Amino acid sequence: MKKMIYLDNAATTKTAPEVVEAMLPYLSENYGNPSSVYGLAGTSKEAVAQARETIGGILGADAKEIYFTGSGTEADNWALVGAYEAYKEKGDHIITTKIEHHAILHTCEYLEKTRKARVTYLDVDENGIVDLEGLERAITPETILISVMYANNEIGTIQPIREIGMIAREHGILFHTDAVQAFGQLPIDVDADNIDMLSSSAHKINGPKGIGSLYIRKGLKLRSFIHGGAQERKRRAGTENVAGIVGYGCAAKRAADTMEERTKREQSLRDHLIRRIMKEIPYVRLNGDPVKRLPNNVNVSLQFIEGESLLIMMDMEGICVSSGSACTSGSLDPSHVLLAIGLPHEIAHGSLRFTLGEDTTKEDLDHVVDRLKGIVEHLRAMSPLYEDFVKKGKKA
Amino acid sequence: MYSEKVMDHFQNPRNVGEIENASGVGTVGNAKCGDIMRIYLDIGEDQVVNDCKFKTFGCGAAVATSSMATELVKGKTVQEALEVTNKAVMDALDGLPPVKVHCSLLAEEAIHAALWDYAEKNHIKIEGLEKPKSDIHEGEEAEEEEY
Repeated sequence: MKKMIYLDNAATTKTAPEVVEAMLPYLSENYGNPSSVYGLAGTSKEAVAQARETIGGILGADAKEIYFTGSGTEADNWALVGAYEAYKEKGDHIITTKIEHHAILHTCEYLEKTRKARVTYLDVDENGIVDLEGLERAITPETILISVMYANNEIGTIQPIREIGMIAREHGILFHTDAVQAFGQLPIDVDADNIDMLSSSAHKINGPKGIGSLYIRKGLKLRSFIHGGAQERKRRAGTENVAGIVGYGCAAKRAADTMEERTKREQSLRDHLIRRIMKEIPYVRLNGDPVKRLPNNVNVSLQFIEGESLLIMMDMEGICVSSGSACTSGSLDPSHVLLAIGLPHEIAHGSLRFTLGEDTTKEDLDHVVDRLKGIVEHLRAMSPLYEDFVKKGKKA
Repeated sequence: MYSEKVMDHFQNPRNVGEIENASGVGTVGNAKCGDIMRIYLDIGEDQVVNDCKFKTFGCGAAVATSSMATELVKGKTVQEALEVTNKAVMDALDGLPPVKVHCSLLAEEAIHAALWDYAEKNHIKIEGLEKPKSDIHEGEEAEEEEY
């Protein structure tokens, strides 16, 4: 069997062995419910508290401001619906962007349809960066919440979060950021960045799936989203996913400890991959900002080719990547992010995303480029768009 | 998600290419939706499809249905080729996932578009053939920016 090369770390990451190791006791002997009173429960309670402390520390927040959720998506849903419910008397207007994850976009649509919220979806420039002047212009006296992702999951663009936080603060508006892709990759400080709520998730940083968190600044009136018991300071009911939380804490600490060295290494590998693709494959464009970019993200459009075909052929070579093509999204439209940065549909269909991980090597990437070249050639030879392009070129 | 036959026709597509001075060429679909199929037919005086080639921009299913469609019409008379339906293409591929059924429809349309082109060029009428809806003129969708 071919060696597998996994370059889809923005989708999920491999759970680190020490994370699994840390979780195991909480899946076996330490099974106590943290809410109970006996000693066994105390062990679980202590473990949850420790993870909360760790995650709070990384964000520059108090442990009491960290609330565990079942996913980054749940954290996003809670932040938006919760803030709207709590502050709708003050105003009914939310500002977000066109390139958010669906966890934000579909929640906004839900609020528009069922709660009469008014939502402004800000444009981004050709690199995917939010226009700050546009943000200022969109603010009205009714604006209660701004939600802008820290870094984009598809094209890796990092937003001017600190500036957005300052604008929100100046106008007395709450600021939420979906930091699912940024947490553990970029240094984040909720106070310096003026962040009031922040969503993150464990499985993007070599932690387990099914556990995320929402940072909620002290003093915010956010109500419970899941009703029931008194867990998470009465704000998120349901017996804690103790093993998941322990794994999350372990993964977060690990990511924070290795961040500087790891991201420096990934960034250099990322730029190597970008350079080779741009140099050796014709009719390619890099999507996203060349500099303000997640250290592990490469997103390119390969003209005249459709993304799903690329994915299948890469998979046959043992290479796991993803695409913004319609066929991979289950709809007829390609990625909303690629359309928002102004790509024509046919170029958006031919996009390919590589997201590097801590195990990625230069040899892996060189192998990927070597294979990709052949695959692109094969698919272009089959493409009527390429045929027309070549014929047109000859005529000209 | 794909059958073995779909994977086979995707990995080893039959009849990829162009036919110079083809008797009929049909291009259907659009780049916006991510699927474009072009089918070339070489039809003899006896109205038999001697050769058939294709080019496709699209997903795995789009490539596989084009490939199978060319196999199915080769050697058939014009009238028989007209009866190669999307269902026939799908059956020959041991089925398609529900979201990919439109690819087989596109393959059927591409054959019809090529037959229509043939009929127009030769000023003949093929019984039961209607002007294909999604036929696009050559080059129309090829307005691309260079990078």
